[in-house]
Amino acid sequence: MPLDKTFELVELKNISKQFPGVLALNNVSMDFRKGEVHVLLGENGAGKSTLVKIIAGVYTKDKGEMLLEGSPVDFKRIRDAQEAGIAIIHQELNLLPERSIAQNIFVGKEPEKKGLPGIIDKKKMISDSAELLQRLGVDLNPNTQVKKLSIAQQQMVEVVKALSRNIKLLIMDEPTSSLTKKEIDKLFEIIRKLKSDGIGIIYISHRMDEIQRIGDRVSIMRDGEYIDTVDAKTMNMDEVITKMVGRKIEQLYSRRYNAPGKLVLQTNGLCGLRFRNVSISVHAGEVVALSGLIGAGRSELAKALFGYDPIEAGSYTLFGEKVTRATPKESTRRGMAFLPEDRKAEGLILQMPIKNNIVSASLKKVFPNFLLNNAKETRIGEHYRREMRIATPNVDKIVQELSGGNQQKVVISKWLASESKFIIFDEPTRGIDIGAKAEIYQLIDRLAGEGSAILMISSELGEVVGISDRVYVMREGEVVAELKRDKLSQEELVSWAVRGAAKND
Amino acid sequence: MSKLASILDKYSRILLLFFIIAGMSLLKPEAFLTYENFSTVIFQQAPFTILMSFGMTLAIITKGIDKSMGSILVLTSVLCAAFIKQEQYIIGIALALALGILCGFLNGILITRVGVAPFIATYGIEYTALGLAFVYTGGQYIYDFPPVFRSIGIGTVFGIPNLALITFLIFIVLYFLTRMTTFGRRMYSAGFNFNATTLSGISAKNTVTLVYIINGLLAAVAGILYMARLNAADPGISGNFTLDSIAATLIGGTSFGGGKGSVAGTVIGSLIIVFIRNSMNIMGVSTTWQQTAVGFIIVFSILLEAATRYISNKAKSLGMVSIDAG
Repeated sequence: MPLDKTFELVELKNISKQFPGVLALNNVSMDFRKGEVHVLLGENGAGKSTLVKIIAGVYTKDKGEMLLEGSPVDFKRIRDAQEAGIAIIHQELNLLPERSIAQNIFVGKEPEKKGLPGIIDKKKMISDSAELLQRLGVDLNPNTQVKKLSIAQQQMVEVVKALSRNIKLLIMDEPTSSLTKKEIDKLFEIIRKLKSDGIGIIYISHRMDEIQRIGDRVSIMRDGEYIDTVDAKTMNMDEVITKMVGRKIEQLYSRRYNAPGKLVLQTNGLCGLRFRNVSISVHAGEVVALSGLIGAGRSELAKALFGYDPIEAGSYTLFGEKVTRATPKESTRRGMAFLPEDRKAEGLILQMPIKNNIVSASLKKVFPNFLLNNAKETRIGEHYRREMRIATPNVDKIVQELSGGNQQKVVISKWLASESKFIIFDEPTRGIDIGAKAEIYQLIDRLAGEGSAILMISSELGEVVGISDRVYVMREGEVVAELKRDKLSQEELVSWAVRGAAKND
Repeated sequence: MSKLASILDKYSRILLLFFIIAGMSLLKPEAFLTYENFSTVIFQQAPFTILMSFGMTLAIITKGIDKSMGSILVLTSVLCAAFIKQEQYIIGIALALALGILCGFLNGILITRVGVAPFIATYGIEYTALGLAFVYTGGQYIYDFPPVFRSIGIGTVFGIPNLALITFLIFIVLYFLTRMTTFGRRMYSAGFNFNATTLSGISAKNTVTLVYIINGLLAAVAGILYMARLNAADPGISGNFTLDSIAATLIGGTSFGGGKGSVAGTVIGSLIIVFIRNSMNIMGVSTTWQQTAVGFIIVFSILLEAATRYISNKAKSLGMVSIDAG
């Protein structure tokens, strides 16, 4: 590719960063241009996050040089990078939920009334916000409280917030991980606008299908090293994956379908917080997916089944036992497991060791006489460390220190230890790299093969189509379709999920 | 945590206690460094602070606080005083314990079922209990209990004062309960992350409720011992207990962030507080200044914890400890 210096935005030369026990970045050189979407690709732990955090001033580099528009810069703090025109939007959004959109956009830099320092000019703040929103074609009222927005809309607010400063480079860390297809289209439209304004974009994503749609160049990283940069439009997907993982992934989705066994779960007209009149069934040995847009009521249904949220009407039968009200404690006793979407906040006690987490759903079974037994706990922990291939030297390590994929393996181990036979996975592979994803699919397949009944909520259409026996599509709190495996396609799922949504918008 | 931070965390308190004792031994050996003084502090004053601080520790480990223990102590003791005076010991003590449990249960229900913040819930119970105690007594002491009852407070077993012995036994029980049982595990777990604990099929609500019940019970036990020791039930004594027990808990290493802390640390923390109070008494410091000093210890503990966290984060960013290499 010809290199025109006038398009050069950021150039990295031989950047290294050492973390304890791991060389997070090893001699990485890369360049990012104006008006380009530069995708960073790599498994978790490849060094993508560390790299962008160095660019954004979150971490300082140990070695190497960084040039911004040709002149060397050395950011010591986030603020240095911000002032130089670099903004980062993290995976976890950083907004004040109780405040309005306008207040969030201008937080810390509120316009003041003329001649009245310290007094916020609310009118100007709102009109400026409206203008910025308009510029991106986002149809939102700047007075709306952020907590009332969907995740996708909140993300738009983050983008606008970044734009309210004069930015040159926008870094987006997995921006689409919780968005639906339609929302992704909207985001991409915005990204194209930013591009045409000459803003450079660094885009981290695990989703291969998006990369060709939005990316210009793709740089691949592995184990802290720079591997290669390819043209997004002409790249060969298989080659890229091979470069990424350093080995060939034979098949991402693995599923040996069995004839479904006994009925495990049957809901009858279940109503709750954001779902109505849901009647679904799951059999032993089956993987049943709940598909639909974010906010369609799928997670709420799962939480109500588990007893975390109330059931307002209706009932369900689980292993033949009729349930009208449940608590998580009772559900666990009945053999139900729930792996929440937000692993860190709801699935794990991050500050506790791996082994403590693994026995946490089966304290009564493991310690029947109320006495803790360290040796037994370690033994059980070690068992699952080997079985689940959790990458850790020992099970005394604090869960917080593990990668996303390994954390998910700890959550799965926890429910395997409790011998649950009906398992609800809420977004089982969210934020997990491809290698670990494949392992989790294999595991789901194995569990189904061993006779567990599995209900999976997933916004990744690929995995819904890839591993489900049956799919229920939910829309606005109701089940609108039931699709068998032979009828499954991504297009079919999308059309059911959004049908009718257009006229309600 | 880094090595430095963990050493700081572990030994700073014992060191502080040592400095107080060493300093006072140099400054006022004739009043401080005597068998009399040490036995008063350790066997008579410390047990009450320790018992009340145990409850505060459990509450703070679950990310709560229990402001009501001092007034539960007062209410249970004044209400059972009449029975004790008539030598109805069993009924009196049973009544006190039951009342303590009831108050703790109310705290627990308000916090876990009604969803009131622990500070507000226990604040409400604190003044409800205290108000009732004042209404019942008209603000007067109840004093002069039978010698049989008083022997609980002043007697000894094999030369060890009952108060110290009972406190030690309760320490053993609580240490065992918090460190070696599934209840303890659930309690720490709920303190770290209430929602994740609930979603593991554990009733975090019941666990937290039980903690406040234990606290009510501890307060009632302390109340009985207090009456037996001082030969009086006094509705006006609740205030200092709350202040001292928060100070002792925090200086003992329990964190307001939840999930961290131990009853062993609290024993050290309580000794620090009673020795500081004792030192100030010897030095002739007024009670108002004493309040100020104990209040400052709360602030100091919070700063100490922040400093420890800062050092350990610093160590992380300097690459001494592993975290997130993604």
